[in-house]
Amino acid sequence: MNLDFGNEYEDFRNEVKAFCEEFNGIHVTGSLYSYESVIDPNEKPKIEMNVKDWQKVLIDKGYHVRHIPKEYGGFGGDLDIVKNVIITEEFSKSKIPTGVGGQGIDFLVPTLMEMGTEEQRQRYIQPALYLDEIWCQGYSEPNAGSDLASLQTKGELVGDEWVINGQKIWTSTAKYAQMMFCLVRTEPDAPKHKGISYLLIPMDAPGIEVRPLVDMTLDAGFNEVFFTDVRIPAENIVGERGQGWLVANKTLVHERGSLGDPNKMIRRYDKLVNLMKSEILDGVRIIDKPVYRDRLMKIQGKILALKSHGLRLLSGRLNKGQDINLATMIVKLYGTEMRYELESLAIDAMGEIGTLYENSPHLRDNGGWQYAYMYYLGLIIGGGTSQIQKNIISERGLGLPKEPKVQGV
Amino acid sequence: MYFGLSEEQQFFQESVNKFLEDTVTVDALKAYRTGENNQLTEIVFDGLNELGLSGLIVPEEYGGLGLDSLFAISVSESLGKGVAPYPFIGSFLIAPFLIDQLGNDSQKQKYLPGIATGENRFGVALSERTGRRIDSSIEYTNEELNGRTLFVMDDLDSTHYLILDSKDNVHIVEATDSGLQKIDLKSVDITSFISELNLTGAETDLLENDLSNKDTIQSGINLGRTAIAANTLGAAQCMLDRSVEYSKERKQFGRQIGSFQAVKHMCAQMASDLEPCYSLAWYAAHALDHIPDESHLMACQTKAHLSEVGSSIAKTATEVHGGMGFTDDLGLHFWFKRIGLNRQLLGSPDLLREEAADVQGI
Repeated sequence: MNLDFGNEYEDFRNEVKAFCEEFNGIHVTGSLYSYESVIDPNEKPKIEMNVKDWQKVLIDKGYHVRHIPKEYGGFGGDLDIVKNVIITEEFSKSKIPTGVGGQGIDFLVPTLMEMGTEEQRQRYIQPALYLDEIWCQGYSEPNAGSDLASLQTKGELVGDEWVINGQKIWTSTAKYAQMMFCLVRTEPDAPKHKGISYLLIPMDAPGIEVRPLVDMTLDAGFNEVFFTDVRIPAENIVGERGQGWLVANKTLVHERGSLGDPNKMIRRYDKLVNLMKSEILDGVRIIDKPVYRDRLMKIQGKILALKSHGLRLLSGRLNKGQDINLATMIVKLYGTEMRYELESLAIDAMGEIGTLYENSPHLRDNGGWQYAYMYYLGLIIGGGTSQIQKNIISERGLGLPKEPKVQGV
Repeated sequence: MYFGLSEEQQFFQESVNKFLEDTVTVDALKAYRTGENNQLTEIVFDGLNELGLSGLIVPEEYGGLGLDSLFAISVSESLGKGVAPYPFIGSFLIAPFLIDQLGNDSQKQKYLPGIATGENRFGVALSERTGRRIDSSIEYTNEELNGRTLFVMDDLDSTHYLILDSKDNVHIVEATDSGLQKIDLKSVDITSFISELNLTGAETDLLENDLSNKDTIQSGINLGRTAIAANTLGAAQCMLDRSVEYSKERKQFGRQIGSFQAVKHMCAQMASDLEPCYSLAWYAAHALDHIPDESHLMACQTKAHLSEVGSSIAKTATEVHGGMGFTDDLGLHFWFKRIGLNRQLLGSPDLLREEAADVQGI
């Protein structure tokens, strides 16, 4: 057991600290992605910066996408997990927003790095990193949710163009996006996992229609995307025809692992503690009521477990001999269920006030708790439901037998 | 940076696991219960001491291995996994820790080498700090010890008792003392050894030291709680492993029951609950030696959380086994009962969460 990163990283940490000091109190504007209230809304920001400019500052310093080669617009550093951890930790401590990720940077860029052609990397990575091109992900369909591989959006190669027809759903950022990476059935006669291709589709292509999909939070964060005879160049394919499932799975793994960041959870827990100290019923602070306090402590126990678990996962990535296979698989299930439990306690701590929403009087934290309470239920479902996670854990982690396939499906 | 058990620790665990798998079989436990195999505890005692468990944390100068808390916690996990009838946490962790921390040189010389060899066996009585009941308290007056203490831990053929009084003094009383009466208590878990002591003018060897007793005693309790949590971790892992195994073997409706999502999801939930507990226990163990500011909170939360996860797995694993899970035949209940006893020892999860809140000033 050794929790020290070593002296060589102390210099790096000091450098990051100095940077955070310089930009302390920064307010980043114009982002598509909501920052989790990194600054106090009542505090007047000392520095304001547009999100694209901020992104550039961070990439130039090597504090974002640092391992993407310079030729593609990245910083060109080593893939150094410890440095990434130090950046996340120090930014988190100083409440400075980290670089913007999103579908393009988090999923498309790693996919292209691994499976893309040189032309594709040259063409797409830099605009994605600098937010000049926003990407959305076209995976789910109305009839292909948990059973994603049964997707039916059709792609036909006609001459030197793919002609695409069908529909995608749950497509976040589609209404701002310039590009979509999309799973399309191009080999209708192949077995379902082998008939899919990974295509890159410009969102301004004729025949694409985007309709906002309002969710229970009343946000339209998702969209439906309809394709009618949409034509894109034949070369807009990543990997070979029929390899799309393989290509997509590389990023799905990434998505599931990234949903339970312990730092965020700890920050949220601290906010919950403050809320429970400030809510007063019958002259008693909620936090001083034993039943509520007990619920809070239960959640803290789980958060401490998750925080320690983060160290274990990090250690497993740094030390190849350490087996973290099962430990990694449980993160999405554990993290999202726990987060929902945390938000639920916040609602109960406020009682009737917890149900207030939109611009009601007496709102706490701009209604953020009720929003999060619903939003995180969405995350339990999105990115592979809890039930799908349990199938994965039991089959791939514990080696339990698969369910027999239903004939003819 | 490395977060986890070292190769040496894992290797050591494997030796303990192997010994227990061979020795503490369900049949052996049943025979022990009916009195047909009285030697089981002695065989286990000698076998584990030979592996070095009795002297695990005793400093090398007193004949022990001088290993750290993480090592101790990893061993405790293995002892839970193998549901070992062995007085580890009280006799070989808390007792040597407190004697080493609070004893003077001659007291250390007197007791520690014997602990390392296993000749000195300590029952540990901490009820003054971990759940004093209305009819039990220990008073130290006129150099004598009087009163009653309940749920003395690891009282298996004890030669000595380490007893906490109401004023945070730590005493050692010989088992043969005429002022000491021991009553064995019988919990559901026949592999653990708990007792009641009634003291009337018992002669005591008071541990004296310059250190503040209160904090040191707390450290000993933290060590004990973390070790119990790890013990539950091991027991719960065994129950999960057996559930997975069973659900691959057992067939109903013409297929392995493990191919049904209802069963699969029970197993997945157990794994998801349990995996982070390894990290939690390791961190808490690390904190005992290296992050003193966090160790009290971590010990409370680790034991509280593992008690909840352990109980839930004990129930779920039994259900996965269906009717067989309920039988004595299968013997799954030995682990169920170990988890049940661990949950209450040195503080139930509810009390520990209350203490955790107090420690942080919440």
